[in-house]
Amino acid sequence: MEFRTSAKSVHGLGSAREGAAHWWAQRMTALALVPLSVWFAVSVCRLAGAGYGAFTEWLASPFNAVAMLLFTIAGFHHAALGLQVVLEDYIAHEGRRVACIVAVKGACWALAAACAFATVKIALGG
Amino acid sequence: MAQLTLPKNSRVGAGKTWPAPAGAGKTRRFKVYRWSPDEGGNPRIDSYDVDMDSCGPMVLDALIKIKNEVDSTLTFRRSCREGICGSCAMNIDGTNTLACTQAIGDIRGDVKIYPLPHLKVVKDLVPDLNQAYAQLASIEPWLKTTSAPPERERLQSEDDRARLDGLWECILCFCCATSCPSYWWNGERYLGPAVLLQAYRWIADSRDEMTGERLDDLQDPFRLYRCHTIMNCTKTCPKGLNPAKAIAEIKKLMVARR
Repeated sequence: MEFRTSAKSVHGLGSAREGAAHWWAQRMTALALVPLSVWFAVSVCRLAGAGYGAFTEWLASPFNAVAMLLFTIAGFHHAALGLQVVLEDYIAHEGRRVACIVAVKGACWALAAACAFATVKIALGG
Repeated sequence: MAQLTLPKNSRVGAGKTWPAPAGAGKTRRFKVYRWSPDEGGNPRIDSYDVDMDSCGPMVLDALIKIKNEVDSTLTFRRSCREGICGSCAMNIDGTNTLACTQAIGDIRGDVKIYPLPHLKVVKDLVPDLNQAYAQLASIEPWLKTTSAPPERERLQSEDDRARLDGLWECILCFCCATSCPSYWWNGERYLGPAVLLQAYRWIADSRDEMTGERLDDLQDPFRLYRCHTIMNCTKTCPKGLNPAKAIAEIKKLMVARR
């Protein structure tokens, strides 16, 4: 017996007073990813079988480079936000939940940075 | 991780079979979840063959008939028997609904009756709703104002009153909350569809002056944003209400005030 009332556990530590920004960012990145994903899929199909030179030449064009930066940043941002929600849903143990969220967000940041660096390097003639 | 299998003490075993009385006409089999804290042990499913020729049309009629004529130890909540008190909410034929408004004739095969899912069981079909009631109290479901009370009633236009339709009808049976996986996994922090619909009922009320404070208290990754719009709540609501829409309206207001 813990001798605590239901009200005590319901009020908990109070409202975090945040969550709207996370929710809105998830919707906006989803919206951005609709045209960007179509562009990415069409581009991959068109470049099928092309050599390294043809690909770097394609990515070096300003439009494609900017679109690729937007696609990877929006994609990894959206993935980080969405996976955080999944982990919060299913991992009850607080320590494990925080560790998983930190790992997932770290991985998303690292992959986004790697993609951005590669795109910029190729676009600037690296 | 979320627990996807039942713990050992929750595995449901086979129980007693209560045959229909001799000379019974058309019978239906009711398979009912039974667990008593006095007996301990695991829950079991008792089977009752009920003579439908002398039974009313609703599932609650059959439960009352079983309790009166067959097995007086069967325990369940009921009061109004017309879908307005919310007491007889239970899981019937795989769906949370009210036993008093669920027609036996609409169910094919055996009628399987369990308590509302994912709540502690007090006994048989009676779940422990203390947490849900505390969550309801936490959103302060009453008119709150900062201005001085007027001489007479607080008036409301017909249009403003119409905005409460689809909200005020909720009878707090908690069929929706207990059908929601987010409430199953995080029910101690997520308020659930029933309570959020009530919260929106006061946010949407033109006479209430504490909308901002109400939104402040709801803006929380767990209290509000565990809703992922899978809409089990709306599908199961025995009153035909739409808690998912109420939650979506709250989320829209959270963005509108940024």
